[in-house]
Amino acid sequence: MTLLRLSVPTHVLASLLGAALLVLAPTTASADPLQEAGRLMKQGQLGPALERTDQALAAKPKDAQARFMKGLILTEMGRQNDAIVVFTKLTEDYPELPEPYNNLAVLYAQQRQFEKAKNALEMAIRTHPSYATAHENLGDIYARMASQAYDKALQIDSSNASAQTKLALIRDLMSNSARPAALASRSTTGKVPASAAPAAKQEAPSATKPEPAPAARTEPVDPKPAPVAEAKSAGGEPEVEKALRGWADAWSAKDFKAYLAAYASDFQTPGGQPRSAWEAERARRINKPESIQIGIENLQVALEGERATARFRQNYKSGKLKTSATKTMVLVRRDGRWLIQQERVGN
Amino acid sequence: MKASASIRRVTTALLFAAGAAPSAAEQTFSDFGPEPLLAQAFTHIEQNRLDAALAQTDQLLKAFPNFRLGHLIKGDLLLARTRPIETLGNAANAPQDKLSDLREEAIARLKAYRDKPLADYVPRYLLQMHPEQKYAVVVDTQKARLYLYRNEGGKPRFVADYYISHGKAGAEKLREGDKKTPIGVYHVTASLPRQKLSDFYGSGAFPINYPNEWDKRLGRNGHGIWLHGTPSDTFSRPPKASDGCVVLANQDLDALAKNLQIGTTPVIISNSIEWLSLDDWQTERTALSVSIETWRRDWESLDTGQYLRHYSQRFQSGKLDFAQWSAQKRQVNAGKQWIKVSADNVSMFRSPGKEELVVVTFDQNYRSSNLSNTMKKRQYWIKEDGAWKIVYEGGA
Repeated sequence: MTLLRLSVPTHVLASLLGAALLVLAPTTASADPLQEAGRLMKQGQLGPALERTDQALAAKPKDAQARFMKGLILTEMGRQNDAIVVFTKLTEDYPELPEPYNNLAVLYAQQRQFEKAKNALEMAIRTHPSYATAHENLGDIYARMASQAYDKALQIDSSNASAQTKLALIRDLMSNSARPAALASRSTTGKVPASAAPAAKQEAPSATKPEPAPAARTEPVDPKPAPVAEAKSAGGEPEVEKALRGWADAWSAKDFKAYLAAYASDFQTPGGQPRSAWEAERARRINKPESIQIGIENLQVALEGERATARFRQNYKSGKLKTSATKTMVLVRRDGRWLIQQERVGN
Repeated sequence: MKASASIRRVTTALLFAAGAAPSAAEQTFSDFGPEPLLAQAFTHIEQNRLDAALAQTDQLLKAFPNFRLGHLIKGDLLLARTRPIETLGNAANAPQDKLSDLREEAIARLKAYRDKPLADYVPRYLLQMHPEQKYAVVVDTQKARLYLYRNEGGKPRFVADYYISHGKAGAEKLREGDKKTPIGVYHVTASLPRQKLSDFYGSGAFPINYPNEWDKRLGRNGHGIWLHGTPSDTFSRPPKASDGCVVLANQDLDALAKNLQIGTTPVIISNSIEWLSLDDWQTERTALSVSIETWRRDWESLDTGQYLRHYSQRFQSGKLDFAQWSAQKRQVNAGKQWIKVSADNVSMFRSPGKEELVVVTFDQNYRSSNLSNTMKKRQYWIKEDGAWKIVYEGGA
């Protein structure tokens, strides 16, 4: 059974990234408490991380970032019910944000409250139809609900097995959320984002009223990674990058034919759904009325002969929605063209 | 055209498509069980309305929380949202025997729902119920179904039908421990309340009189064949699940129990019920009634030869074979001036199976110049060369 993905919005990642870099720097004294919390959480010092977050919240009780961080820490601490309260409040205050819904679903799933998990994910998708993590998680929830139903049907008990995955899940949540940061810090090596990200983040909480989160989320994206992407492509695999840019451009231009042409005939559809169903779903997403902008950043390509693994941040903007997620794609070369064979969110 | 559609459905029922909305509204069927919701869910599946099917299945499980087949379908419908499914029961690493049990239950329930008995057809076995028999039970093991009939002036009228489980090894019980369900004409002999039973028997049990006179004569043995309920952890059991008993869902057993009369209610178990139109049924019962009436009059006539022509060469009663029986009757009748015999409250139940055999039971009032008695008599009539003959006779 696949594990549910906890989502960590870009700005949190950025703060983790910033924190990671700050560790390297000798000055750790007057750090932003939230940054500090992110660093401590990464180190597994959950108690102190929670203290710092509460400090940040004392100054700005409404701050979405800090509340989200608190939810993550509580989840990590195993305080599921407390974490559920935090994320539930976030969904009430920011119903347009998919991440709190998603994380709420993860928590409900841990408690085997699959019906509630399903409802939360459906809300995430309603607010944000192209939210891949929520879609994948929803697939997992259905699979678990199915397995629960089968247990009842066949009088077998697979709950022991899933209890084990559940424990693994908690550890996995953290390593999942920490990994992109570590990866980014390894790939960037430049000091530029370190200062840019925290600065951007501190501005975010002030814009609480109308649509705070999407605004907050875009900020860390813009300033830092552009040079990184360029640096990568220069020394990297221009053909693969060209293929991916073509894919992103086709998506942005809503050129569904060109978009589809970027995928190999043996593309592994999410959840193993039939190709036709996947195509229909993609067509629906891509042909929706709002404009779409897809950006690729932090591209890293690992080449193995006719096969390439590409990791990048995908920035998605459509209407009022903006998201950013780490994506991993496996491309294969067929007749001189690089085609997408696998696509997933995360590493 | 309709027929071929229904045949297609029957065959696809083995996969993941079956069921059709009931077509003839006035058809005789009881909607107490899960079948209507189940059939609707399958219709949704057939028409690829999976969300509606899931909603229907949830409703089904609300009504029948321990209905394992419902949970299986729910699992499939949920799984269908993540990957394509082709068959009923897609649980990974599931024990195959349990899966096929549930598939068989699905097919049995849907077939029974679809192929409901027609209103003007009756089971051939219920030739004549006597006035005290308010109801009769007829079981079809192949269909995994029990049918309840009410006695309306001797004529059976359909009341309800229920899903049942029978022997793991099927029907036609011969030996103790063969895990088969007997085929024949029986009646309930006792009522065992829930309190006296383990949970395994559910809400109660009604033993039947297997082995009956005919079974014993054929050397069939074994005992403890009951109609009983279901353990509390499940709504129902697979079609072939018992050691020979007929098992009902508890709610069905409770409903049935209200109509069972101990020592009276017939329970006729068949492999596959033969149905007769009311006209054919009337013809069959008249023919046999005439034979019985002729036998009675011939007995009264003191013409022992005429009387004995009603008996089969294979006749057996206790230790007496036909020759001994004949000799005894000739001797007894020789000493009499007159005989008056009446047969009241006659019941006639045809026994399912290859042989044409009818179990006849009546209250016999025998008076004669030197002896009188009343008794409950049972005879087994068998058809030989187109004529009904008595092959067994004794007290009931």
